[in-house]
Amino acid sequence: MPRRESPLESEMLAGTLDMLVLQTLVLGPAHGHTIAHAIERGSQDVLQIEHGSLYPALHRLEDRGWIASSWGTSENNRKARYYRLTPAGRKQLLAQTTRWEQLVQAIGRILKPAAD
Amino acid sequence: MGWRRFFRRAQWDRERSEEIESYIRIETDENLACGMPYGEAHAAARRKFGNSTLVREDIYGMNTLALVDSLGHDVRYGLRLLRHNPMFTSVALLTLAIGIGANTAVFSVVNSVLLKPLPYPQAEQLVAVWHKAPGAPGLTSVSGGLHLSASMYFTYAGQNRTFQSIGVWNASTANVTGLAEPERVPAVYISDGALQALSVPPAAGRWLGPADQKPSGAATVMLGYGYWQRRFGGDRSVIGRNITIDSRPTEIVGVMPRGFRFVNADFDLILPLAFDRATLRLPGFGYDCVARLKPGVTIAQADADLARLVPVWMRSWPAAPGINPLVYENWRITPAIRPLKQEVVGNVGNVLWVVMGTIGMVMLIACANVANLLLVRAEARQQELALRAALGAGWGRIVRELLLESMLLGAGGGALGLALAIAGLQFLAAVGPASLPRLGEISVDARALAFTVALSLVSAMLFGSITALKYAGPGISPALRGGGRTASQSRERHRARGVLVVAQVALALVLLIGSGLMMRTFQKLRTVDPGFTHPEHLQLMRIFIPPSLVREPEQVVRMQNEILDKLAAIPEVSGAAFTSEMPMDAGPGHDWDVIIAEGKPGIASEVPPLRIFQSVSPGLFQTTGTGLLAGRDYTWTDLYGRRPLAIVSENLARELWGSAQAAIGKRISTALPAAPWREVIGVVQDVRQNGVQEPAPAIVYWPSFGQNIYLAAQVQVARGVTFAIRTARAGSAGLVSQIQQAVWSVNPSLPVAEVRTMQEVYNRSLARTSFTLVMLGIASVMALFLGIIGIYGVISYAVSQRRREIGIRLALGAPPAELSRMFVRYGLMLAAAGAVIGVAAAGGLTQLMRALLFGVSPLDPLTYGAVTLVLVAAAALASYLPARRAAAVDPVETLRAE
Repeated sequence: MPRRESPLESEMLAGTLDMLVLQTLVLGPAHGHTIAHAIERGSQDVLQIEHGSLYPALHRLEDRGWIASSWGTSENNRKARYYRLTPAGRKQLLAQTTRWEQLVQAIGRILKPAAD
Repeated sequence: MGWRRFFRRAQWDRERSEEIESYIRIETDENLACGMPYGEAHAAARRKFGNSTLVREDIYGMNTLALVDSLGHDVRYGLRLLRHNPMFTSVALLTLAIGIGANTAVFSVVNSVLLKPLPYPQAEQLVAVWHKAPGAPGLTSVSGGLHLSASMYFTYAGQNRTFQSIGVWNASTANVTGLAEPERVPAVYISDGALQALSVPPAAGRWLGPADQKPSGAATVMLGYGYWQRRFGGDRSVIGRNITIDSRPTEIVGVMPRGFRFVNADFDLILPLAFDRATLRLPGFGYDCVARLKPGVTIAQADADLARLVPVWMRSWPAAPGINPLVYENWRITPAIRPLKQEVVGNVGNVLWVVMGTIGMVMLIACANVANLLLVRAEARQQELALRAALGAGWGRIVRELLLESMLLGAGGGALGLALAIAGLQFLAAVGPASLPRLGEISVDARALAFTVALSLVSAMLFGSITALKYAGPGISPALRGGGRTASQSRERHRARGVLVVAQVALALVLLIGSGLMMRTFQKLRTVDPGFTHPEHLQLMRIFIPPSLVREPEQVVRMQNEILDKLAAIPEVSGAAFTSEMPMDAGPGHDWDVIIAEGKPGIASEVPPLRIFQSVSPGLFQTTGTGLLAGRDYTWTDLYGRRPLAIVSENLARELWGSAQAAIGKRISTALPAAPWREVIGVVQDVRQNGVQEPAPAIVYWPSFGQNIYLAAQVQVARGVTFAIRTARAGSAGLVSQIQQAVWSVNPSLPVAEVRTMQEVYNRSLARTSFTLVMLGIASVMALFLGIIGIYGVISYAVSQRRREIGIRLALGAPPAELSRMFVRYGLMLAAAGAVIGVAAAGGLTQLMRALLFGVSPLDPLTYGAVTLVLVAAAALASYLPARRAAAVDPVETLRAE
């Protein structure tokens, strides 16, 4: 079966969505809707995503043990599944952020060699 | 990717769906808050979320083990296909179930009887000691080899270097009195070392030990488990109690555990042999020997060890009085040790392997039938398969699917077959053919289960792969184009089924010839004159009068005579007599020795041949129907007068004096100096003493009471004798109770044992042949049936495939009869090809069953001809039935279908 690429993933570097989700959860537990909107808003609407594509990512992260989930009640009294960062997730976020920063610096050096 | 998640994925899917719902509700709430109307707010929320089904699929996909998933799908698909073809499925399943069931059952028997170790600790160390004595003529026709004598046992036990323990034993019977009715029960007499060799600890009490073997010590006994339960209700306090065995108080010292058999003997009592060393001589070769080898010692080493001891034995013990010890040197005695398993299993191995091979062939035929069915079905599905291949299904995928379908059939057939096998084995255990050793141990164990599973899978692979190779190959696309509307089927497809049918016919023919040969063997055996008449009218029973009950030999014979008188007085009894041993009924072995004829000095270096010795009462030959060819029978006057007389068998008379008449008046003796010369007064017909299949041995019939044949000064009497009673009521319960009353009226403490008719004894001697015959018969009927179904199926399929062609031919004026002949010819051609191959194969394979045949050659032309004829006739019928349908085709009907 050919794998369908989610719109979000197609526009972002592989692994960055995971990092963004983990980063969002550093501030505290949140449900899917909040996470989607937080990413969208945080990027000042640069990252326009189909919010649905967030859920496979959440599933994957939970499967790897980086986040954990439980049912809860949303701000306006709706049943919602809340995700929180696990210690393993926190470590993973740190590792990914560091790598990401190294990557950005490296790319930056290539794109603007004159500035250095 | 975890199994845990794989099995929980349905739950995951529910959770995620709920979560998606939750997102949509929250987003809708927010949109409503922005002032949108509900419908628009909900739609916008869904838009924002994207395709929820895709998201769910994505997540579901993450939880999947791809191979398992698609396999599961194929299994479901396969099951659905099988369910939708109930006719095909049930025929295939039934065929496989019968084939696998029969194979599992027979394998379980082979496994339990031949393959499994005997139920003793480290059974591979256990051996039976026998001797070869090529210098003792007549010995091989008397028994399977030379047993041990008691003196040999002492030499071996004392001086061997290769055994952990060694003991001799004897299966016999013993009278038990004082419990309920007097009873004669099976007993095993053992020397020290025999129980130690078998190493099975007692269930209660202790073993018989060296102290119990003292000839003058107190009498002791061990009980068998069954007897302990039956007579004492399993009461443990019996240890230390006394029971009366052969009129002697005997202390019970132990009980052997449930299921323990003494080598091949079922017993109620174990008694000590208690040899008196002082009285032992060289001969008396009447003991079985069981021994346990030291770890790592081979049978060859043990043979060499005992070979060293044979001369030691000859030097250490006195010969029987008057016998030159050189006789035994001339016998050239050499040890021939066998694994104990061989001793227990006996010659049944040959039969079982033949049956296993036969049943294996039936399985092949069954596989061919199922393969044929699958081919036909694949033919019908050809278009579907072609279409799927065209739509991109890899041919590996299609092969997998076809094989999987076969596997499902195989598994189903295997499960049903297993149930059949278990039922069959229960039946076998209930019927309990006496000739089958280790019957009680037969069960479906792990090995038999593994065999069933392997057989199911391998046969599924076998018949499945034929279809897969034919229909999943790359050349499938033309089928799509043809669309099944081609004028007739391709020749190649035809050939596959033809080959299968030819193979089936060939295999069936081999089996039919095998069972035909067994049938001829049985027929030949039936026509052999056994030396007695109407065994169904001969009632037998055995009575032993122990010296502790009646000491004087003459009193013994008077008591026996009195019993005979009482028996003869029973209504409808036309005759009664007794003998030490009835034909075909040798228990532990015959009594045998050498004789010499007066005036016929043998060559000094020559060892006189061994003859069977039997003791008879007057009237025996008349009662059993053994013809008196010359002279006269004994009379009671002869017996009580202790006259030195003898009666011999015809073959012995011919050998010594040329004819039966010439023997009368001649004298024979047992060759000892003190032995009396005895006059031959009668010559009787030869008797098949060792079974119908064995040649009649030379027999000397001594009177049951009279002068001792070795020492003229002493008298001898046969204390254990079998009574034969001639009556049409033989075998009826009424007669048996009358016999018991008659015996007890003479002496109430005499047990009546081994009550049966001569017919039972006769049948038992044919048991091996009848067992083989029945098994081969069942197998070959199955094979014939399956083969005929195969031919029928192929012809009727050919007819249905060629309806169009037949229609055209009929329309063009072909006579219908000619058309049906065309199909019959095709069927006969297949059958003929199969028959030719089958006859050739049978010629080779039946050599393997040569040992089971009697009076018929493995290449018996009558059997081959008759069986081939039957098979071809059956094939003709199987082709004719469907071929008739060809003639009945309506040309208008078929052509309009175009």
